[in-house]
Amino acid sequence: MAADTRPSAITGLDNLELGGLPQQRGAGRVARSAWAAAWPKLLAVALVLVLWQLVHLTGWKSAVLKGPTVVLPDLWGLMHHALLWQALGITLRRAVLGYALALVIGSVIGLLVARITPLRAAVGSIITGLQTMPSIAWFPFAIILFGLSTSAILFVMVLGAAPSIANGLITGVDYTPPLLLRAGKTMGLRGFNRYRYLILPASLPAYVAGMKQGWAFAWRSLMAGELLVLILGQPSIGVLLNNDQDLQDFAGASAMIIVILIIGIAVDSLFTTADKAVRRRRGLLEPGRAS
Amino acid sequence: MSMRSGRLTPKEAPGASAFPNLTIVADRGAEQAAAAVRVTEVSKVYGQGRGALLALDSVSLSVAPGEFVCLIGASGCGKSTLLSLVAGLDMATSGQIDTAGQRVTLMFQEPALFPWLTAARNVELALRARGVPKAERRARTLELLETVHLGGFGAKRPHELSGGMRQRVALARALAQDADVLLMDEPFGALDAMTRDLLHDELERICAERTLSVLFVTHNVREAARLGDRVVVLSSRPGRVIEEYDVPRQGPRRIDSREVSELAATITDRLREEMSRHGG
Repeated sequence: MAADTRPSAITGLDNLELGGLPQQRGAGRVARSAWAAAWPKLLAVALVLVLWQLVHLTGWKSAVLKGPTVVLPDLWGLMHHALLWQALGITLRRAVLGYALALVIGSVIGLLVARITPLRAAVGSIITGLQTMPSIAWFPFAIILFGLSTSAILFVMVLGAAPSIANGLITGVDYTPPLLLRAGKTMGLRGFNRYRYLILPASLPAYVAGMKQGWAFAWRSLMAGELLVLILGQPSIGVLLNNDQDLQDFAGASAMIIVILIIGIAVDSLFTTADKAVRRRRGLLEPGRAS
Repeated sequence: MSMRSGRLTPKEAPGASAFPNLTIVADRGAEQAAAAVRVTEVSKVYGQGRGALLALDSVSLSVAPGEFVCLIGASGCGKSTLLSLVAGLDMATSGQIDTAGQRVTLMFQEPALFPWLTAARNVELALRARGVPKAERRARTLELLETVHLGGFGAKRPHELSGGMRQRVALARALAQDADVLLMDEPFGALDAMTRDLLHDELERICAERTLSVLFVTHNVREAARLGDRVVVLSSRPGRVIEEYDVPRQGPRRIDSREVSELAATITDRLREEMSRHGG
């Protein structure tokens, strides 16, 4: 403490109390934490491949079931095809668009419901009801409304994801610690400032958890939509998977499933990272835990 | 619930004669003119009908400008309720609370810092809330953190600080509100004795540097005797003022000094007497 010229007992006590904290930094630490995060996933992949190969070796459904030694090269070949990347582009564009819509709509509804008490009882139960609805059941309804179009898919994605996002936000606002609300009140935080500097930041962890759950629903709705709503001239991941089904192409279908899994896991891990970053900043994570 | 007037007439406290600095206050009429906080016959009832609980019964007390008043009582005496009422966080059932239009701020037993903000940002938010321009905020924040000896810790988040340090950030945040009246609700109750002693010194120094009127709630008799210019004793269920002790200030005190111990013993006796009333 260079700023303080008076040596005092209290600063001495501070140094004693904080002295024991280990401060690891640098490349070694980054590499270690990357490895700690990676090895369970690598192990999981290896396990799946071994099991798959074992099933293949038993000869069960041998007419159609191919082993990883066939499927993986097939996937490799597919990756050198423009078609896969075009399909991936279309699917990801829909994912981003649908999720963004769900995020905006879910957040607005969540904020309104959290703010306006009379809305709470009514809209609260609608949100809970919507969450129990399997998204695939919405498709006939969506197709009647929008026809076989991207809009139908986006509509179902929003219905699937927005309730989770709204719920996360409402939970966060509801569980803002009363002590912090009192502190805000004595500080004179009112109206917009109260939301901007207290309630919204306080609800961030629950909001991020809601967004993460919302993504899972959005991605499932999107895949279901792409298998049901086939649009000419728009090759998507779902369309490719559907083609493989029609052609009885086991290797192709397996390759597409791997692609879908990878995207789902990758985006999910982005949310997990965001979630952890939020919690770490607030001291909600145990310091010693890497994963 | 009848509205009885005023506080009970103070009795001769046991052991008072052994303590020459101690005077028992019967009439504070002289100070009525310029009180920073005046609480007049305030009662607070929680609930309604048969389940109603009388938390405060016709409590009257005042804090003079620059005075440090400690409010002490056993559990359930409504100490915290009284502070909430003065802070305007809750409404009194009857009676008047007058803070003469001054800024009042409240500090809690927990630091109640915003965990997503750094120590400096926590202090700065209080400045922002009362409209201090951005250009001034940085310098004021650093100044306040240095006041509580945390100049080098502005970038730390609350969870990275010790309990005592967090409570000092909370004190800096309370000071940032530039209040005339500081209400403190057992602010050091959760800290270890060593840290608490040091914080008493800090608080004494900070109050000496500015004209703060302080109403300090505690259940720690020694703490009250150590810090107060005046110690007000509340009875329990319902809370009522039963005794006031003036403690003339002759320079900084120590918690282990003879005067503090003697006053603490006197107050403890009075509190025990009050508790035995509930025992039968």
